[in-house]
Amino acid sequence: MIGMSKIVKTIANISFPLVIIYGLYVIAHGHLTPGGGFQGGAVVASGCVLILVAHGSSWIFTKIKESHLSILESLGALGFISLALGGIFTGTMFFTNFLKGTNFLFGTIPTSGAANINTGGTIPLMNFAVGLKVIAGLFVIVLVMAYATSQKQEEEA
Amino acid sequence: MTRRDYTAVIFLTLVAMFLIFGALLMRPFGTPEEDAMDQYIIDNTQQETGANNGVTAVVFDYRGFDTLGEATVLFTAVAGVIMIFRRLKK
Amino acid sequence: MIANIPYIAVAGLIIIGLYAVLFRKNLIKIVIGITIIESGVNLFLITLGYREGSIAPIYTSSPGGIMSLPVPQALTLTSIVIGVAVLALMLSLIVQIYRHSQTLDVRDLGGDDQ
Repeated sequence: MIGMSKIVKTIANISFPLVIIYGLYVIAHGHLTPGGGFQGGAVVASGCVLILVAHGSSWIFTKIKESHLSILESLGALGFISLALGGIFTGTMFFTNFLKGTNFLFGTIPTSGAANINTGGTIPLMNFAVGLKVIAGLFVIVLVMAYATSQKQEEEA
Repeated sequence: MTRRDYTAVIFLTLVAMFLIFGALLMRPFGTPEEDAMDQYIIDNTQQETGANNGVTAVVFDYRGFDTLGEATVLFTAVAGVIMIFRRLKK
Repeated sequence: MIANIPYIAVAGLIIIGLYAVLFRKNLIKIVIGITIIESGVNLFLITLGYREGSIAPIYTSSPGGIMSLPVPQALTLTSIVIGVAVLALMLSLIVQIYRHSQTLDVRDLGGDDQ
């Protein structure tokens, strides 16, 4: 696939960091405002697809191979499973919130009953793991489809 | 119109009658019936999980097992898509 | 009868999607019909969890009042993600079918079935 014109490439390069920052904000504040891992992951994946469409899949495929992205997705899934198994090692059940109430990482005790960004327990860490998995998964689907259909066009020509 | 088209028309009419009949007989919109579990979740989310978002607390804390199943389905779909387009390198 | 409009909209969406799956002969139109059926089912799940005059179940600077049920909204989130995954798999299978048979018409594929 050939990329688009010079104006489109410049505007895509400018708006790509803004979309990434907005998506990471939606992922990180998942336990305070509407959002979370799946929604923020879809926003960041659409920003990455914007770069893919503007620059062309043949140029992108020299920079990123699909094997690197599958390593990222497996890291996200393994992080989610290990946070769930942490409940068995330290507490009583699978999937307990074992960081809540202890002053360790995200588990400060909420004052006056309301929550802020530091009182989630394991919920923000699970949001990061699922967000990484969704970003890598959606981007690798579009990348593999774009590269496979352009290979067929080059074989016919 | 072949015989398959006649069967499809009869089937579609039956399903449409069933769905519209069921939609007219439902409870009025806005009155859920059994909500003791959800009322417990709404009252005790801030003390038990420390999160301000009720939906995220349900997805990751009260019903985290369903999220595990959904992550598995997403992983399987991505693995299937990569496997379809894999080229045998010479 | 006026109070049941969301349920009639769900029935309308499912009927339109079922018509597209049964009566169209292009493979991509059949996939679009399956997606419309999934949209109707997601709408049905959300309208089951609404209380009269309620707000969203979020406590950050909320104006107070009764809140709607959070569990059907969580189940709809899972259903949307599974719909996206199944759609990606269906579309990549269609690309592979087109490479193999050079046609997207359902009547020309398959065996000798009339």
